[in-house]
Amino acid sequence: MTRQRVAIVGVHEFPSRHTHGSITPLQMKAQCAARALEDAGLSWGDIDALYDDGDGINWPGFYMPQYFDLDLKVVDTTTVGGSSFEFHVSHALRDLGSGRASVALLTYGATARSSQTSIGTGAKYSEMGPPNPISNMEDCWGPTLVSDYAQFAHRYMYDHGVRSEQLAEIAVTARYHALRNPDAVRAIEDLQLRPGSREMTVDDVMNSRMVADPLHALDCCIISDGGGAVVLATEDVARNCRSKPVWVLGAGESVRYRRNVDDLTLTGAARSGPAAFGQAGVQPGEIDIAMIYDSFTITVLSALEDLGFCAKGEGGGFVEDGRLRFDTPGLAVNTDGGGLSSNHPGQRGIFLLIEATRQLRGTSTSQVPDARLAVAHGTGGTLNRTHASGTIVLGTEPGDRR
Amino acid sequence: MSADTTHEPRRVLPRFPELDTEPFWEATKEHQLRYQFCEQCETVIFYPRAHCTKCTNTDLTWRTSSGEGAIYTYSVIRRSQHPSFMDMVPYVIAWVDLDETFRMLTHIVDVDPDDPESGLTIGARVQVHWIDRGQVSLPAFHLA
Repeated sequence: MTRQRVAIVGVHEFPSRHTHGSITPLQMKAQCAARALEDAGLSWGDIDALYDDGDGINWPGFYMPQYFDLDLKVVDTTTVGGSSFEFHVSHALRDLGSGRASVALLTYGATARSSQTSIGTGAKYSEMGPPNPISNMEDCWGPTLVSDYAQFAHRYMYDHGVRSEQLAEIAVTARYHALRNPDAVRAIEDLQLRPGSREMTVDDVMNSRMVADPLHALDCCIISDGGGAVVLATEDVARNCRSKPVWVLGAGESVRYRRNVDDLTLTGAARSGPAAFGQAGVQPGEIDIAMIYDSFTITVLSALEDLGFCAKGEGGGFVEDGRLRFDTPGLAVNTDGGGLSSNHPGQRGIFLLIEATRQLRGTSTSQVPDARLAVAHGTGGTLNRTHASGTIVLGTEPGDRR
Repeated sequence: MSADTTHEPRRVLPRFPELDTEPFWEATKEHQLRYQFCEQCETVIFYPRAHCTKCTNTDLTWRTSSGEGAIYTYSVIRRSQHPSFMDMVPYVIAWVDLDETFRMLTHIVDVDPDDPESGLTIGARVQVHWIDRGQVSLPAFHLA
């Protein structure tokens, strides 16, 4: 049987970042799915593959099919934090490409802001469920999500010569893009993000409170509500959809974790990136837009290097002077404002896919002219201890059957 | 709870039964920092497990570390909303590479992280510093 090409045919991003308890994560997932299906010109009955990482309900393999009332051929509940959705697209490419199913749905919904979840500095890891060898060796030291990325950042700066001012440039660029995105502008007001409704400067970042050295408050993503949905389809279905298909050209996955006598600064992107680019048959230098998970500024810089957009140690110069902006030559990064300035409900990997799709449809609020190739790269977990990296290459043209 | 826990009302401690790490924590009562070694393929295993992660051996040997090593990386945590740690800030969390080639998460104690002369740097030599907490002792480190 010939392998089927696979495309993203429907997307939707939940517009509000602060829902004040008016909607649950499950309701948000269903609303976003409905809007994404309308975007594609499909309906619930067309879906035969579901991918879900369990936001809003445990055991999603049991409960999401019935909540949505779906008759499925494929169910996949891979749960790798913020990169879950890149893993899901990777698996959908495999499942739809091999003919096991024809229309796939991914959804996300979370109300971290409304429920006042202390994602970055809270009690996330401790005393949840029975002990395991990892919790028993590490919880007693009180790591926070921020300190995990801070430990990684500190070693990264030591080994590769990156400066805090260069990391700050990534946050400045995110805010530059956010100020052009009406949903993100509302987020800046609703969530009272610093420094308010004006452009951010490197000094703003450097002068913001140190949360865990060397990461300042403005090196960290925001905490918001949010949700989204992505519908994928095989070529036969995609050709008859309402929207312009955005083709999935390649996918790569990796999980890395702390080991004895190991280089902590090498991330999973060094494996997932080449796998995705290789399958797509493109080079990093050909990419127009990179949507890179920005839990923290260091998350972006390390991914840019490990994906091969620049060499290890050159990332600091690569991000300076607004080079990541949509309106400067070269690669555009996080054109929706990212998790640093638009939305971060905890696992924002789906928004990378949604904004990459908007760019390739020509509908971004920071549109790159003649955009043809985009990357969505998710980083889940913590780079310091255990993380997952998922890379998806998307294009306006279907490319070869691979 | 022993008397010296009153300043840290709910310090997070390892919980038992947990069969992989129990021998490690048992040895901390004697102020011994233990790690595992595979005699078949000469691999160091840490954190504790019941199998070698390189060969298929499932019978590992416990060894005792000198407690000496170097800071691989660290951060000064200045904000925590965890009830057990919020009053401890600022505290220094680190990966320490022990000389026996295992890496562990720990604290660097007895140091002022805001003193530029403190000697707290990546690569600094450190020595284990036991914090007794009743049923176990926590292996923190101080600058050597």
